[in-house]
Amino acid sequence: MSFESAMLRLGGSCMNLGGVEVSSMAKGETLADTIRVVSGYADAIVLRHPKVGAARLASEFSDIPILNGGDGAGQHPSQTLIDLYTIRQSMPLDNIEIGLIGDLMYGRTTHSLAYALARYNARIHTIAPKGLGLPDSIHDNLVEKGAKVIEHDTIEEIISELDVLYVTRLQRERFPDPAKFFDISQGYRITPSQLSDVKEHLAILHPLPRVDEIDPAVDNTPYARYFQQARNGVPVRMAMLTEVMR
Amino acid sequence: MTENNPENTLVINTIRDGTVIDHITAGEALIVLRILGITGSTSECVSVATNVTSEALTKKDVVKIENRELKAKEVDRIALVAPNATINIIRNYRVIDKKGVIIPSVLMGVLKCPNPCCITNTNEPVLSRFEMLGKKAVCSYCDAVISSDISTHII
Repeated sequence: MSFESAMLRLGGSCMNLGGVEVSSMAKGETLADTIRVVSGYADAIVLRHPKVGAARLASEFSDIPILNGGDGAGQHPSQTLIDLYTIRQSMPLDNIEIGLIGDLMYGRTTHSLAYALARYNARIHTIAPKGLGLPDSIHDNLVEKGAKVIEHDTIEEIISELDVLYVTRLQRERFPDPAKFFDISQGYRITPSQLSDVKEHLAILHPLPRVDEIDPAVDNTPYARYFQQARNGVPVRMAMLTEVMR
Repeated sequence: MTENNPENTLVINTIRDGTVIDHITAGEALIVLRILGITGSTSECVSVATNVTSEALTKKDVVKIENRELKAKEVDRIALVAPNATINIIRNYRVIDKKGVIIPSVLMGVLKCPNPCCITNTNEPVLSRFEMLGKKAVCSYCDAVISSDISTHII
């Protein structure tokens, strides 16, 4: 929705194709064909797709700019620009200590953000349930690029050292047993009581939507930045659209 | 392989024209044929020897393909499973060219991406594409990494 809002504020218009299930792809059309057709109708395409690498493929079949609005469990680079902008509003980006908590395996926002912050010499602390940590390929790639990635079992181990805490949603569908989901998710929930000994400038971010992973009482603390982060989605995406259509 | 000593002579014939792929890692000959797209339904006359005694490798495989001279692009992908292989181009029983194999920096349509959610594992009209980074193959679409048993991912 923020991409649509951004385009409208720029004075443009949008054609929302809706989900894959209501597009021509539901009839069996390939993404490649859809892109070739739509690229004749528009000046830029924002693509959100369930398969990893969809945006990269689309760029090979399009003669207009493709913006990756999220590709499966792969990457979400526009969200990362918003995240960086939001952090930058509170502190310089260089050398920060950031905690990534939640589903880091399928949470594409954390993949893109980790790659971006590695360029700013961040120390990346990961806190995730077993089996939902950063994919090995991304972890190894980050380490090869010189990033410092440290795994933790609990948020309490590290929260007092963090400049930024990035929270992502644990997806219920990843846990076949609902009771187990409830038990595990409680260990990855941020509450005001955990914030008693944090740095004064700690920024808590979340790409939203949230479910239970941040207690609503945290909203009233000075650390909550996630609604500011959501609002930043519009100007950042306006900037992206402007840049690609110059 | 010694021509004069019958006990050490290979049981497959020399060829007049074509390609001999020598020093294939023992046991990989059939995979090499698969990489080259040579199946029982193609027209080439092919001889395969496996687990042949070799001074350099202790054991090796050899493939001889008659009346077909393999090109560099075709043979380099062999390096994925047989990095020590040598390619001998034969004309009128003589070796007129001999070269090793080099793993290409980019592999198009050679490996199947191990990530079931990768866009290349759909009906999209694209070949898989992997970049070789050292001994690792990295999918250009989803960044999945193949770091071991690469031959099991050959299409």
